[in-house]
Amino acid sequence: MGELAVFIILAMVTLIPAAVVVTSRHLVRAALSLVPTFLGVTGLYVLLHAEFVAGIQVLIYAGAITVLILFVIMLTEGGTGVRTRQITDQVPLGAMAAVWLAFVVLAVTLRTPWRTQPGAAPSYGVAAVGTAFLTDYVLVFEVTSLVLLVSLIGAIVIARRES
Amino acid sequence: MAWVIEALKAVGLTVAVFTFLAVVGAMLGVYLERKISGWIQARLGPKHVGPQGLLQTVADTVKLLQKEHITPRHADVLIFNAAPVVVAVAALLDWVVIPFGTLGDRVLVVRDLNIGVLYFAAMASLTVLGILSGGWASNNKYALLGALRSASQMVSYEIPLALGIIWVALAAGTLSTVGIVEAQVRQGGWFLVRLPDPVGWWGAPLGLLAALTFLAAATAEVNRVPFDLPEAESELIAGYFAEYTGMRFALFQLGEYGEMFAMAALASVLFFGGWAEPRLQPWMWVGVALAALAVAVVIVATGRARNLVVRPLLILSLLGAALAAVMAWGVGAGRTPVLPSVAWFAIKLFALVFFLMWMRWTYPRLRLDQLLALSWKVLIPVGLANLLVTGLVLTVAGR
Amino acid sequence: MQVGLAHYLVVSTLLFCLGLYGVLTRRNAVAILMGVELMLNAANINLVAFNRYAAPAAVGGQIFALVVITLAACEAGVGLALVMAAYRGLETVHVDEINLMKW
Repeated sequence: MGELAVFIILAMVTLIPAAVVVTSRHLVRAALSLVPTFLGVTGLYVLLHAEFVAGIQVLIYAGAITVLILFVIMLTEGGTGVRTRQITDQVPLGAMAAVWLAFVVLAVTLRTPWRTQPGAAPSYGVAAVGTAFLTDYVLVFEVTSLVLLVSLIGAIVIARRES
Repeated sequence: MAWVIEALKAVGLTVAVFTFLAVVGAMLGVYLERKISGWIQARLGPKHVGPQGLLQTVADTVKLLQKEHITPRHADVLIFNAAPVVVAVAALLDWVVIPFGTLGDRVLVVRDLNIGVLYFAAMASLTVLGILSGGWASNNKYALLGALRSASQMVSYEIPLALGIIWVALAAGTLSTVGIVEAQVRQGGWFLVRLPDPVGWWGAPLGLLAALTFLAAATAEVNRVPFDLPEAESELIAGYFAEYTGMRFALFQLGEYGEMFAMAALASVLFFGGWAEPRLQPWMWVGVALAALAVAVVIVATGRARNLVVRPLLILSLLGAALAAVMAWGVGAGRTPVLPSVAWFAIKLFALVFFLMWMRWTYPRLRLDQLLALSWKVLIPVGLANLLVTGLVLTVAGR
Repeated sequence: MQVGLAHYLVVSTLLFCLGLYGVLTRRNAVAILMGVELMLNAANINLVAFNRYAAPAAVGGQIFALVVITLAACEAGVGLALVMAAYRGLETVHVDEINLMKW
């Protein structure tokens, strides 16, 4: 019972600010609403016993990506332009697409008998994740680090002022 | 009804940690800051409220509590009011994984998390959100400039900070703060000067380098001089909290000092053995005591004891001598541990806080480009190289 | 009632659709990126939830969630750099006004 209550609270913390993110006319408020969403998702990870992923989620999403987004909003005109129109004329189309997709996906997922393995929740140590990264998934690890390097250089090249 | 007990425990711990933070972190911190700055600038500092001005911060807090809350015109009220709370709560959450000492077999820590230091880094990175939103919501260009400077600074200094933390995790083989202290107890030396066997004391240069990287990054992360551009009083009128009054201003102060104490506590856990007592031979302690006494004697003999800049040095050397004498006696008499673990934690914590304050009032402020260059061109390459070399050394030595 | 896999799937579906709505209806490029971040988070919830319920012994789902978080950081970095470049060159961040390729 307790777990369900926590789950519902976390789901609310995730979804309500997410709705603000996509609908608020105020860009800075939308960006700041990302924070409770990310923290709610973090809570879901903790509930799923994925502690390491939860820590990384806070560090990268809430601590870095949101700050980056806020920074760009403040450097471009977005922060001041409350009066600027923020939505395209695709609102009915977009709403229809989102609702239909939600409907279809929910209908499919709820009807599918997922093969779950019962049993007590295992606790995933950091060591297990690290070992898996450097043994079974070492290629994934290397490719990810390469992509990170490339995007670092790419971002610098793109954002640099040409002189 | 296990969850009721859990909830009550959580509330009680929150209150305890918050009180600790407010009293030790903010009140004592501000008092120490003013006294130490007074010392370094050859003045007396607060002197009139209470003995040696000890109650000055209490008086200031009472004053701040009854001040009016002013919200600037056209400010974003919701974000404006939420920002100080975010900063204070982020500083509070840092303390969850800090072990204070031991009591019998129990370690005094709110929660010994599996991902302890990662959690600390994550919570420390949340502060910047409060700063950025507070600066933006104030509807003041100085506040916004301060907030933007702070964001760029904190995001770029998070990386060397994380590199220092990862270095310790590599040496200790765990991310848990309690585990890190226990690893240092097991190898019989701080990570500052010693790596796990068989590298042993040869690891000292690597540890010193890592500690230096970490402390520089931690100083920048808590926005202190020489990295205090975000709040530069002389150019940005205190930066992001320029528009805050009363208790909300006090919450920002609380967050800042709480964060500084938390960084000092983490540094003591990572590099200085946390609550563990240093294990030295009695003759070493005698040597330390004699050296400290010699400094005191030189000061008195040259007649500088009345000099405002020198007098605190005299007090510090006498304190050090007394501590070393007690330790020499205790170890000689075969009592281990001589002092309770909480006392050692406090000694290390305050020594590091003193170090940070000393830095603050000694060095001038860096320029923004110098600040970013220091992070990206010095600290990050040094941290990465140090990590690589340490990993190589530990692997080759086959730990 | 126990929390099961379906609960997480419902939350992640809703989060994904909210993100999709944001991507489809926003004019500001930064706001579109925020929508993309929501969608990536929804995918991550799925990965970790399947890891926990379908294969509790393995950590593959968490590994891929971590990879997705890393790639999301890359995406945000490059995407926001593009927004800055567009703002500098075209003085707008609204995607319906960035139409240089449309002659």
